[in-house]
Amino acid sequence: MSSVSRELAHLSDEALVALAARSEHSALAELYDRYGRPAYGLALRVVRDESLAEDAVQEAFLTVWRTAARFVPEKGKASTWILTLVHRRAVDVVRREQRRRADSLEQAPEPGGGGADEEAWLRLQRERVQAALKQLPDQQREALELAYYGGFTQSELAERLGQPIGTIKSRMFTGLTRLRELLGDAALETAWTPTT
Amino acid sequence: MDTHDLTAAYALHALDAEEREAYEEHLAQCARCRDELAQLQESAAALAWAVEAPAPPAPLRARILAEATAGRENVVPLPLRARRGWQAAAAVAACTAVGLGIWAATLHNSLGTARAHESALQIAADPASHTVAVQGGHGMVAVARNGVGVLVVDRLPVAPDGKTYEAWVIPRGGKPVRAGTFEGGDGMTMVELQMPVPPGATVAATVERDGGVDAPTTKPFLSAET
Repeated sequence: MSSVSRELAHLSDEALVALAARSEHSALAELYDRYGRPAYGLALRVVRDESLAEDAVQEAFLTVWRTAARFVPEKGKASTWILTLVHRRAVDVVRREQRRRADSLEQAPEPGGGGADEEAWLRLQRERVQAALKQLPDQQREALELAYYGGFTQSELAERLGQPIGTIKSRMFTGLTRLRELLGDAALETAWTPTT
Repeated sequence: MDTHDLTAAYALHALDAEEREAYEEHLAQCARCRDELAQLQESAAALAWAVEAPAPPAPLRARILAEATAGRENVVPLPLRARRGWQAAAAVAACTAVGLGIWAATLHNSLGTARAHESALQIAADPASHTVAVQGGHGMVAVARNGVGVLVVDRLPVAPDGKTYEAWVIPRGGKPVRAGTFEGGDGMTMVELQMPVPPGATVAATVERDGGVDAPTTKPFLSAET
């Protein structure tokens, strides 16, 4: 097993998903070791409760496990797929738990200053994306943040911001497109890289 | 409803259930939206990296892996008539063994491997179980409401020749009580403890001579305070 673990460390995320589809538990373990931490950070940001965040991460990784055979590498990166599943679970949870959400955004911590034990590559990714977000026009950034971290629907956003829904749609679309340009393809390479 | 322009909101999970369903129906027939969605999803996922990422609680990893094993979703389902009594337990174990692939579980329990395997997995995977991370290795101790405990250790090397691992339950303020021996080995080791774990007890493991001993003779290499 230990030799297998070392071999897996050199596999791409997509190869690991293919192995998971063949019931290799060690591949699921390796995917968790790569993305469990950002997944938990994301879920915690959205649901604002450690135990609910754990549930969302657990459900998402079990969905990865159960549906790995349906993952199509040509359509996108495995890391995107995993984080998309985590986000969807977290949003579902936060909508179920309305009471938690009501005051969540005002309490959102300012980005920056991760824990001292945060891995260097995670910190690097965080700084890159935060820098790109800062360059977006305020209204676009606001729409993205409220939708993605707050779990609000576009209709809720329209009401909250007092804007027509078409304006909200357009801010989200332009914001995501612009974010992609700002990050550039290279910076979107958020895939795990070995640190040792 | 014009569904084309819902792509960004869908990528951000900002549609309500009804809109989401309508968009997914549309997506099945619109190649342009599928392409656009793939791009916008990459952007949206980038937002995940902008948040602080504290380390998740250690038992989460073991719980996910235990449940992946217990669920056996990637394994051909058993015929229904096999699901009875000990046959069911044996079939589950056989099935799990297939599902485990290279990730074999090591088990020692007087009830018999098959049954022990199943109940250990259930306890480890049950969210109602109390779980704590072990110190000294990757793993956790899960204790069911009835006090039955499971020690799960990932990547524990095989016990040296002539030696065995022995688990102990140490009640608060009490002496260590034997709770079973195990050998470690490939992948994940899962040990159903043969002594109930009272609240606040410590679960520990030591290296002992083959066959085990009545009281630990070495310092525990793993421990977890429940």
